[in-house]
Amino acid sequence: MRRIGKNHASDEPVILCAEEVSREFDDHGIRVAALNRVSFTVARAGVTGLVGADGAGKTTFIRIAAGLLVPTSGKMSLLGLDSAAGSLEIQSRVGYMPQKFGLYQDLTVRENMNLYADLQGVPMAQRSRRYEQLLTMTDLAAYTKRRAGALSGGMKQKLGLACALIKSPELLLLDEPTVGVDPVSRRELWKIVYKLVEEDGIGVLVSTAYLDEAERCSHVVVLHQGRLLAEGVPEDFSSKMKNRVSLVTAEKSGQLRRIYTRVAGEEGIVDATIRSGRVRVVREQESAGRLKQLLNGAKVKIETAEPGFEDAFMALIPRERDHLKAAGEAGGGSFSRKAEGDDVVVVHTRDLSRRFGDFEAVKKLNFSVKRGEIFGLLGPNGAGKSTTFRMLCGLLPASSGDIQVAGVNLLKSRAKARARLGYMAQQFSLYGQLSVKENLSFFGRVYGLDNKNLKKRIDWAYSEFGLGRLRNKAAVDLPGGYKQRLAMAAALLHEPDILFLDEPTSGVDPFARREFWLRINGFAEQGVTVVVTTHFMEEAEYCDRMLIMSQGETLAVGTPEEIRNLAVSAENQHPTMDDAFIALAEGNVRNASDQADSTGRQDRDSGGEP
Amino acid sequence: MNLFAMRLRGILKKEVLQILRDPSSIALALVMPLVLLFLFGYGVNLDAENIPVAVITEDDGGAARDLVGRFELSRQFQVYRVTDIREAESLMQQRNVEAIVRLRNDFSARLTGSTEQQAPVQLIINGIDANRARLIEGYVKRITGTWAAQRQARGEAVSTGPVSIAHRIWFNEGAESRNFLVPGLITLIMTLIGILLTALVIAREWERGTMEAMLVTPLRRFDILLGKILPYYVLGMLGMGLSVAVGVLLFEVPFRGSLTALAVLGSLFMLASLGFGLLVSAAVRVQFVAAQISIVAGFLPAFFLSGLIFDLESTPKVIQIISHAVPARYFVNISHTLFMAGDIWSVLLPNGLVLAGMAIVFLGLAFRKITKRLDG
Repeated sequence: MRRIGKNHASDEPVILCAEEVSREFDDHGIRVAALNRVSFTVARAGVTGLVGADGAGKTTFIRIAAGLLVPTSGKMSLLGLDSAAGSLEIQSRVGYMPQKFGLYQDLTVRENMNLYADLQGVPMAQRSRRYEQLLTMTDLAAYTKRRAGALSGGMKQKLGLACALIKSPELLLLDEPTVGVDPVSRRELWKIVYKLVEEDGIGVLVSTAYLDEAERCSHVVVLHQGRLLAEGVPEDFSSKMKNRVSLVTAEKSGQLRRIYTRVAGEEGIVDATIRSGRVRVVREQESAGRLKQLLNGAKVKIETAEPGFEDAFMALIPRERDHLKAAGEAGGGSFSRKAEGDDVVVVHTRDLSRRFGDFEAVKKLNFSVKRGEIFGLLGPNGAGKSTTFRMLCGLLPASSGDIQVAGVNLLKSRAKARARLGYMAQQFSLYGQLSVKENLSFFGRVYGLDNKNLKKRIDWAYSEFGLGRLRNKAAVDLPGGYKQRLAMAAALLHEPDILFLDEPTSGVDPFARREFWLRINGFAEQGVTVVVTTHFMEEAEYCDRMLIMSQGETLAVGTPEEIRNLAVSAENQHPTMDDAFIALAEGNVRNASDQADSTGRQDRDSGGEP
Repeated sequence: MNLFAMRLRGILKKEVLQILRDPSSIALALVMPLVLLFLFGYGVNLDAENIPVAVITEDDGGAARDLVGRFELSRQFQVYRVTDIREAESLMQQRNVEAIVRLRNDFSARLTGSTEQQAPVQLIINGIDANRARLIEGYVKRITGTWAAQRQARGEAVSTGPVSIAHRIWFNEGAESRNFLVPGLITLIMTLIGILLTALVIAREWERGTMEAMLVTPLRRFDILLGKILPYYVLGMLGMGLSVAVGVLLFEVPFRGSLTALAVLGSLFMLASLGFGLLVSAAVRVQFVAAQISIVAGFLPAFFLSGLIFDLESTPKVIQIISHAVPARYFVNISHTLFMAGDIWSVLLPNGLVLAGMAIVFLGLAFRKITKRLDG
């Protein structure tokens, strides 16, 4: 364990103290440690962030603190009470918001608040004042009579928070409060949390998989596979990374992704991502020699950048590099690049709409996707992304409008179009009891591959996705990232022209997400058209063009650069995708409607090496 | 207001609002009983009427004609007169008739003759459905029996004659299966609400993550138990009241016991069912599995092992022993007694005591099983 910077515990009284806390679970007779001797403290009047990838043990830790689980060994005390023995007392003094917010969908906003006020024993005399405070703080005053089930994701999250705060807790436990919530709501949640810390002096323990949120915490604890890797103030993390982060700008636009694939996963490179139109590279050494060597010959500009917490996090977590390398070489020439030019439109929609009863899930969507493009459909949960997607794949009929996929009118001849597209559903849709090999041969046969082709393609899948050594393992027993790989391999077996990926990165940790985008990049280079949905705004940077949706409506269509430029202002010269979304959602955008031109500009040019 | 009362108020209010707003629980608690009642009340009839039967009379004597007339008049039978046995057999093979009644050409002579001979009536029944065959046999015997008895009473000569069976059905004089089914159904309906509905709503709370949020409040285990029992107890008793009302008013099933006895004993049964439902839901946190378990371990035994439809006396010994573990069995007894015989305490009391014992055991186990932790 590494301790970064001074221990904050000396400044503020400790409100939670974990000593060597371990927790094991039984998984088919095998003891699995979710937490392994974790010790740290949480101070009053501060926000402690529990940061880590999936399976790091964040939720387990918060559940132990909430008295929902008992540690296998070690001791945790909150407010001076033992977490197991004093749980009833603790539960009346802490506020807890679980991942699913814990709201009753059939109850109104007010009724949900009444319920938790009753359960927490808030005296009647104090209620009207407390309700008013909370409703003002969460902006829900206008919706008290609305049922929780009819609220948007962001409003649900705020109501969940209001319920957790109903009795002015001394400690607030938040388990991944911002998952699947749009950037505007995320920003508001953090505002509220900070207001509470500053005004009421409460302690907050929040777990998150969003690395940019760690920077907003006053103290960060990094967990990885149940172990505490490091803790400290966010600045201490980032200051260690000084002179190790570069921003690479391509002199010619359109070379960005080439640069990205060149450096990602290489020896000496900790991390590479596309951010605001530039490739952000984190190096193992302070010297930029290795990076220059990798980019040798490319017309690029390399600048030094301010390091952030995320860079430190990526450097901190041990992992195998060869995954990334293999992903970067995706495609491997298996997809023969089509002879026709890249200007062929393969997906085209006109006034595409879908209604469910009197609810309009998708309103008059217009866009087109060209061959070899990565096209992103972005928006928070409930924006209508999945509905659009199902219509594009022919799984759901459109209420009105037209869809052309691969030159075929989807409304008229679905089967013909389907043979040319591959679909990866949001939920894991493979047969859990079948082995990797059996799953692959099943899907291959469904798509009508003959024996010779099937064998060829399965061998391709083994090597392409590193599934060979797992071929006899049942799909359900695969580690998370491999499940996603298998699902993708199954969708690609019949060499589709168009690949539809529905939320492929939701519930996937930052490492698997990076690997995924690298791989997608590779396929696009091979001429496969990719349409992908995601609620992670920063992932938009990997798309050639994208469409941002909210509540069924189109907010903007364009290249990442065009969309980001919408939010450029005097104060913010280099807005991020999040900033752009917030600006779009709040309507603070110069002539956003001009961007709704569906074809946009071709960002990537096909000729020449970087 | 003390804290306990406040917590209980919160949880009860929530539960009531949820029941009122969720169409599926209303459907399960109030619409489903009505559907079952109408289905069993009108659709399923264990009695047989208008059974097609071929009657062959090779004898045209007065006595034979008189007997055939009885068949024709009875509401159980629909008589097809045929002239020879071959024709009757072919009707039977084509399933146009279910039985053949044959009176030989010497029927009248034998009947009135002073000889020691019997006057036999030949009866051939399609035995595919054994229950129905036995029913038909019974009807035929009853008709011939009454006929012979009446002849004797009128002083007409009858030799030792066709077999005469004293036929009387106790409590269900009309021999109407509806009077037997409706009281039994009430048991089934209460089982549905007590076990299936309770197990489902709690599993749903786990699935939606609301249970997790509730557990991290100062809620006591006892509050959780009480908060779940009370609303569904009321719902179950409403379901029972509705079924009794429909049974008595619409299907004209007699109710001879007292409502107090029904309410008290019904409560005991309801509590036993709720205890079982809570036990299932404490162990299972997925709606699909909870539904399966409550159907297999709650609903089906209540249907098949309670004496509701199948007579337990005629089942194998093992099944009879197992059936003693099914709470529904005792309440079917109670309900049949209350509806058709009255407050016969020598029957009600032992059954009621068993139910009380079961309620205590199940609720006790459920209370022990309810935990404020995520891992059982």
